Amino acid sequence: MAFLTLDGVSKFYGPMGAVIDMSLAVQRGEFVSLLGPSGCGKTTTLQMLAGFVPVTRGRITLEGRDITHLPANQRGLGIVFQSYALFPHMTVAENVSFGLEMRKIAKAERAERVQRMLSLVQLDALAGRYPRELSGGQRQRVAIARALVIEPPVLLLDEPLSNLDAKLREQMQFELRRIQRRIGTTTLMVTHDQAEALSISDRVVVMEAGRVTQVDAPLRLYEHPRSEFISGFVGKTNLLPGRVRREAQGSSVELANGLRLPVEAVGHAEGDAVRLCLRPEKLHFAADPPDSRSAVDGPDGRRAADGPDGRHAPDRLPGRIVERFFLGSQWLYRVHTELGDLEVSCANDGSAPRAEGDAVQLGWAANAARLVAADGRAAAPNA
Amino acid sequence: MNDASNAPRRWVPLALSGPALALFALMVLLPLGLTALLSFQQFHPERGVEGGFTLAAYAQVLGDAYYWEIFGRTGWVALLTTVLCVLIGGPEAYILSRMRRPWRSVFLLVILAPLLVSVVVRAFGWSLLLGPNGLVNQAFEWLGIGRVRMLYTPIAVVVALVHVMLPFMVIPVWTSLQKLDPMVENAALAAGATPGIVMRRIVLPQVTPGLLSGSLMVFALSASALAIPGLLGGRRLKMVATLIYDEYLHELNWPLGAAIALALLVVNLAVMLSTNALLEGAYRRRMG
Repeated sequence: MAFLTLDGVSKFYGPMGAVIDMSLAVQRGEFVSLLGPSGCGKTTTLQMLAGFVPVTRGRITLEGRDITHLPANQRGLGIVFQSYALFPHMTVAENVSFGLEMRKIAKAERAERVQRMLSLVQLDALAGRYPRELSGGQRQRVAIARALVIEPPVLLLDEPLSNLDAKLREQMQFELRRIQRRIGTTTLMVTHDQAEALSISDRVVVMEAGRVTQVDAPLRLYEHPRSEFISGFVGKTNLLPGRVRREAQGSSVELANGLRLPVEAVGHAEGDAVRLCLRPEKLHFAADPPDSRSAVDGPDGRRAADGPDGRHAPDRLPGRIVERFFLGSQWLYRVHTELGDLEVSCANDGSAPRAEGDAVQLGWAANAARLVAADGRAAAPNA
Repeated sequence: MNDASNAPRRWVPLALSGPALALFALMVLLPLGLTALLSFQQFHPERGVEGGFTLAAYAQVLGDAYYWEIFGRTGWVALLTTVLCVLIGGPEAYILSRMRRPWRSVFLLVILAPLLVSVVVRAFGWSLLLGPNGLVNQAFEWLGIGRVRMLYTPIAVVVALVHVMLPFMVIPVWTSLQKLDPMVENAALAAGATPGIVMRRIVLPQVTPGLLSGSLMVFALSASALAIPGLLGGRRLKMVATLIYDEYLHELNWPLGAAIALALLVVNLAVMLSTNALLEGAYRRRMG
């Protein structure tokens, strides 16, 4: 049995379901993120785990013990709040020490554990300060120290980095992961920031309107999104509307311009409306293919060679660069094609960038395209 | 150049605050100064105020146990009112801050409603309730306690004062509760604290500044209240404010009345400033 399990957990406010039938098994030492847009139920899930919000239906177990209806102050979980929720009238050391005091731990040991925890989060020098005398990043670290000092079986993080500026946020992401690896606490983090979820979790749980829609490791989630919504929410993507065609040789997708591309269409029937997802970094300008072994130009300008997975590489797509953005490590182009405007990103490798207005040919490896069911939400017709 | 462009700006704040300052000087400082002057003048029982300079009025106040008793009674009535306001108003404000949408404004209005009714009307209301045949005594009799004399005793004064002063306690406490992050209580629960400990160690310290400013207001207003002690304390149960009123209007001993008024002002100021220095200083660094 998994370390922490949620079994059909639901929360209803009247007829309105905030969380519906949520099931999840978290292994000991795992770092799991709950990812979703605001109002998807991820914070409610965390609050049910913490014991702040009563569970309408379902069961939560920790180390095999049913904690569904245990009061919050008997669960012994460590929690870092979005607002940090530090005790404003206590010093940093008193904040961290509070949980140990509640556990009636002797004064000498308390002082020693507080000291050890503060040095883990690199705040030894500020033990005597009050929260309002600290910067955002420092408060964040006090909150982490306060949550971890009680050596909780599970650490819950509620949007822990959303109040920090971009630079500090990135730094704290690595710091959070470093601390979590070092002490090995099972961690659940709620976030609406897909980059944050991808960069520090072992697994990501995507939630949408109260339900879990995909649970996967970050790379798999990014490469194989299960729905149009997820492919757009996790990372950037180009979505090309099309229909599934099943033929004798295999399945293909027919795009708006009549182009047919062979794809693996498991679970889709003939005529199904689908979206072809192409990540901006998987598209390239055909004059400079990223992998020359897999793309050799034929005499008629069509790519003749097979892709790495042995299937046919797609045709080239002619287009014109409409806009260009410089992002430092990469260039982002918006290319107008007959399938709509596509985003293409290229690493800034020092070579001269393309100019706005340039005519280009777009190509991609056959295995770079993913098929997802159209959910009618963001069905963008051809621009 | 710089001086020239800065010069006109310097009188702008003064000009803007001028009208208020003038009003304050005219309405507060001037009467206060006149009262102070009056307190040093001589009084003759038959000829009235005679002018001159004497400390006779102060000597009379300080030397007569009668006045000490009245100051003492005023002190404990105001203190008891303050303590009761803390005990009732504090929880009241906490419950209010936990209420949901429509109810919160409804009950805030209920708490503030007494301010909309004249103190005199409310005092008469209480005298009807607390009188020998009032509702309260009828209830006592029905319960088998028997009649209790309340009207024209300090009980009636304290009860009515608490009623009048509660909004002055609830509002500052409610304000400091508004600033509380509700997640802080959850954080303490998660750390293993029981609800009682959360209240004592987390909520109470954070609303102490509110309780303190509420207490100062309630104490000062109770110690100088006139209508409630006058109407519910009766002619014999004197408090400082009713004493001043009597000296001015019945005894016509204006210098003595002025001296008592200034003494009350000094005592009130001393209590407020020392409390402020003692307690609020301890919170300044933490709460900002």
